[in-house]
Amino acid sequence: MPSKKKDSAPKSAEAAAAAVPEEPQRTRLAVRKTYKLYVGGAFPRSESGRTYVVADSKGNFVANAAQASRKDARDAVLAARAAFGKWSGATAYNRGQVVYRVAEMLESRRDEFVSLEVPAAEVDAAVDRLVWYAGWTDKIAQVLGGANPVAGPYFNLSSPEPSGIVAIVAPRKPTLLGLVSVIAPVIATGNTCIVISDAPRVAITLAEVLATSDLPGGVVNILTGSAAEIGPWLASHADVNGVDLTGLADAKLAVTLEQAAAETLKRVRRPAAALDWSGDPGLVPMTAFLETKTVWHPKGL
Amino acid sequence: MTATMTPLSEVTRSDAALRMFLHGLPGVDQVGAQARAAALGTRSIKTTAKAWAIDLSIRMVDLTTLEGADTPGKVRALCAKARQPDPSDPGCPPVAAICVYPAMVPVAAEALRGSGIHLASVATAFPSGQAPLSVKLDDTRAAVAAGADEIDMVISRGAFLAGRYLEVFEEIAAVKEACGDAHLKVILETGELVTYDNVRRASWLAMLAGGDFIKTSTGKVQPAATLPVTLIMLEAVRDFLAATGRKVGVKPAGGIRTTKDAIKYLVMVNETVGDGWLDPDWFRFGASTLLNDLLMQRTKLATGHYAGPDYFTLD
Repeated sequence: MPSKKKDSAPKSAEAAAAAVPEEPQRTRLAVRKTYKLYVGGAFPRSESGRTYVVADSKGNFVANAAQASRKDARDAVLAARAAFGKWSGATAYNRGQVVYRVAEMLESRRDEFVSLEVPAAEVDAAVDRLVWYAGWTDKIAQVLGGANPVAGPYFNLSSPEPSGIVAIVAPRKPTLLGLVSVIAPVIATGNTCIVISDAPRVAITLAEVLATSDLPGGVVNILTGSAAEIGPWLASHADVNGVDLTGLADAKLAVTLEQAAAETLKRVRRPAAALDWSGDPGLVPMTAFLETKTVWHPKGL
Repeated sequence: MTATMTPLSEVTRSDAALRMFLHGLPGVDQVGAQARAAALGTRSIKTTAKAWAIDLSIRMVDLTTLEGADTPGKVRALCAKARQPDPSDPGCPPVAAICVYPAMVPVAAEALRGSGIHLASVATAFPSGQAPLSVKLDDTRAAVAAGADEIDMVISRGAFLAGRYLEVFEEIAAVKEACGDAHLKVILETGELVTYDNVRRASWLAMLAGGDFIKTSTGKVQPAATLPVTLIMLEAVRDFLAATGRKVGVKPAGGIRTTKDAIKYLVMVNETVGDGWLDPDWFRFGASTLLNDLLMQRTKLATGHYAGPDYFTLD
């Protein structure tokens, strides 16, 4: 509180005017954020009503986050399926613009991510990675697809097509770069995804970036909670087309999820060696969830 | 609840008497009906009860295709699905009936022969009902002659809303006669009746005229079946049984797409008219996409993992 002395009778009009704005200073109530899920473009609480405590690196309480359940996963699959037709049907150029827009929005929120204990260099790398994938959206088809020479009067064309819905387990570290590195290739190629993250603050802040980036609702859905709990439901879900286990550190759980995914012939990405997240990703993150469609077209004269 | 001074056989003697009777029915508390329907929709039905409800719902489905683009091939495919909804599980029960346009009745009759599945045909200038009575009766007779054992007729909403109740009554009675042995379902098209009071009046009118079932909608008008409307029709059916001793069935149709919705209806049936109606003879779902969701939920219960639409036929 300011400890300025106040005269009982002002000496002049000037002094009176100066005294008027001096109101008792109020302590403002802190507006604390509850980190909820990101499903279908909205931020719902978990259907189960569960939350869990999030601590910072020093172990101090910082927030409560929603703990997703299997029914949230089911709802997320519905949202991702609903979004798939429009997103996969959008032109590659348009998808590139949207992914670039995500990079722009992330750039403008860099201070917020720094305040969430993400190193500034990592935020830069994440933005750069988004820009990199934004550039790839309308080039990947030329690299992977093309005209095939055939012995007959036909054009034979191959083109990469998105698989559908990809369930992703986000890596714990590096939090932001890892998250961006698994989401960006999947959406850049026209898939929609459901991400399980155990870093609610960064994941849901990124969701706020996505929600304000012209990305249609449902293209990316983020569930915060335990991969061991939700993962098996997504891996065995018959309406999920791919599973990305790159970020999953628990090898035993990864095997379980691979087995569950095999039941419905899903595409699974699980690199043998630990990944260097800051290195050049190459094309594998994109090709993992693309399938090649080949068309025969009769040649006329 | 029938606070009528005259016996029921008297109320259809004249237009004035019928109007006096229908307008003498107690008004529907709109907010109350909606709240009651919403409250019943919150019941939690799980595990074995859910499995039972899913199988019962499958047995109650009138698998419907009413498109201008219907072809004999599509109708045959639908009939095959009606016989064996889930080819991977022989324990899956067949549906109650197939519902098609009159022109498709011969195809469906051939495809369903010996299966015990009923064959319903819409008739009477479906879906608008705007045709002369003679055309409607011919439409009905043709469908019955071609092999339909259930007729889904539409009432003349124009006449009903104009207050010409006796005309609607006589039309339903004439169609009932034209049906012969076939069951008559009377479609009220509640989405066009504007008020819940009208739904109650039309329900009574259809039952007085001899309808074996009252059905909410054609599926061509929004809103189609809703929980409050079905609640009001179930109450009318219950009161009609008490007043006359004749039991009438109810069929919500249109807009019921998920297992969760279907189970809400079953809860409402049980709580409103009792488990005597929890039977395909007395309660049906008019639906096409509902069946796939029921099958997916059934698969989920059986296998323990979520099923996807890719694994079921589209129609």
